[in-house]
Amino acid sequence: MTSPAITSTRASWRDHAGSWLPVLATLALLGVGLSSSGYIVTVLGFAAIYGVFSTGLNFFMGYTGQASFGQNAFAALGGYGSAILTAGHGMEPVLALLIATTVSVAIAFAVGYPTLRLRGHYLAMATFALGLITYEITIEWTSLTQGYMGYSGIPPIGLFGYELVTEKQMLVVLVAFALLGVWISNRLRRSRFGRALAAIAGSEPAAAALGVNVAGYKLVAFVIAAAYGSVAGSLFAHFVGFISPEVFGTSMVVLSFTMLYLGGIGTTWGPLVGAVIVSLLPEALRGLKELQDVAYCVILVAILIFAPRGLAGFAPAIKQFFNRGAAAKAE
Amino acid sequence: MALLSVQNVTMRFGGLLANDNISFDVPEGSIFAVIGPNGAGKTTLFNSIAGSLKPTSGKVVFDGQPITGLPQAAIASRGLIRTYQLVQLFKDLTVAENVEIGFHRVTRGGVGSALLRPRWFREQEESIARKARELLAFVGLGDQADMIADKLPYGRQRLLEVARALAAEPRLILLDEPAAGLNTQETAALADVIHRVNERGVTVLLIEHDMGLVMKVAQRIAVLDFGKKIAEGTPDEIRSHPDVLTAYLGGVEMADG
Repeated sequence: MTSPAITSTRASWRDHAGSWLPVLATLALLGVGLSSSGYIVTVLGFAAIYGVFSTGLNFFMGYTGQASFGQNAFAALGGYGSAILTAGHGMEPVLALLIATTVSVAIAFAVGYPTLRLRGHYLAMATFALGLITYEITIEWTSLTQGYMGYSGIPPIGLFGYELVTEKQMLVVLVAFALLGVWISNRLRRSRFGRALAAIAGSEPAAAALGVNVAGYKLVAFVIAAAYGSVAGSLFAHFVGFISPEVFGTSMVVLSFTMLYLGGIGTTWGPLVGAVIVSLLPEALRGLKELQDVAYCVILVAILIFAPRGLAGFAPAIKQFFNRGAAAKAE
Repeated sequence: MALLSVQNVTMRFGGLLANDNISFDVPEGSIFAVIGPNGAGKTTLFNSIAGSLKPTSGKVVFDGQPITGLPQAAIASRGLIRTYQLVQLFKDLTVAENVEIGFHRVTRGGVGSALLRPRWFREQEESIARKARELLAFVGLGDQADMIADKLPYGRQRLLEVARALAAEPRLILLDEPAAGLNTQETAALADVIHRVNERGVTVLLIEHDMGLVMKVAQRIAVLDFGKKIAEGTPDEIRSHPDVLTAYLGGVEMADG
């Protein structure tokens, strides 16, 4: 009885050893950000915010295998919710973030319940409409959102009157949010809940035949994605201090898809990895001047050709490499 | 006591009568087979039982409760677990993960426990991982646990599907043409697994085309032809039943059984 127990703890220790690597990489990146100029800090901040957004979207599109082209709607809800409550009504940013997220979750439930009866292309179209409708509302409902003018004067995030005034302080908070988001995603994936989502992605009939409530789990995955999207929207509003309808437009959908597929859809770290690469790549290529866009596209296509499962698809190989090292040391 | 009772089930698709007033009882603890030539209505009947179709009339009673027309997940949650004729694995996951998902019905926990990981949750995870390995060893896939399911040869995918269904601790396991596409050795391995599944106390309802398999494992057989039940009895009775011999064109296949 004792020997299987020992092997199982050793295996789990190895798992953890492998998963510390991306945490260290993220912290290293944070270190780079804290020791560099303002512009890099801004870019890294956006990467962290998009990391939160994509990690959430990954619940629905990666783990559960469903299509949503309208997750920007929830980022808009979060962003405008935070903006209106803090800049308009002088509320504490953290409280505003919680309220905006709660509202987004409620709306995701209400919208998701009928929408998620659709499948495949139909679901994609319905969710796309959700994003477009939200976009129109943010433009037209000027008394609430100030329309094209956008909402300015949004205070930085803070708690109990203590505000994070510098961008670098805010970057620390954003990276903390991104890591927390991945941590939650990782815990949920490795559970009965996460396995049920993976079952739906694999085969809906088989999932149902094993007693998985397919519609219910899809809805929860959608709502979790909405909550992440809303938090990302709120963080964006506080980080930049200004939002407009364009910020949460369709380009957000395209960007987040690129991040998911590049980083590795359905993997725990892939979305954050993708968010960092897609955010930093244009900056790294800035020196190429007019060839910048060409180089950006070539690199994206090359990654997708050589790593069709995304960069996180290399994780098992990297993990194996480290484990071999650890095992050799243990011998 | 019949664990599953099919009572006067009729399924009509427009002008086509796929199942015509079919009745039979599957006794608890038995291996029961439904056979018939192609197009006899076997799979339609199977879908009516498992919940993916609602019969036009008639009743399906499981463990004393009517389950006619209930959603599939609700039927599964009562312990009636089906497999598919075309294997429906979770292809991108490992063999072990496929089986771990099978435990859904008999485990608990949602988002909250996944985040907080209380003691019972961790113990449950450990037990799921251990039992999944045991089930894989049981069907003979012990060495392939960490393989991606899609990479398994077809015959072994079938066995994996059986292991996954067993993880749900079924009272009745419904196997839809499990021998389809298998070679002789694979079919023999499958027959052995079906026997041993039954020995664990699981009632087996088998819908099958392959006479060799059915004659080897089934204790009782119902024969369908053109949507009607034309015979029911033990393998020996079925083997010599005149209507069955006619339906199978002179019984060429029967001779091999």
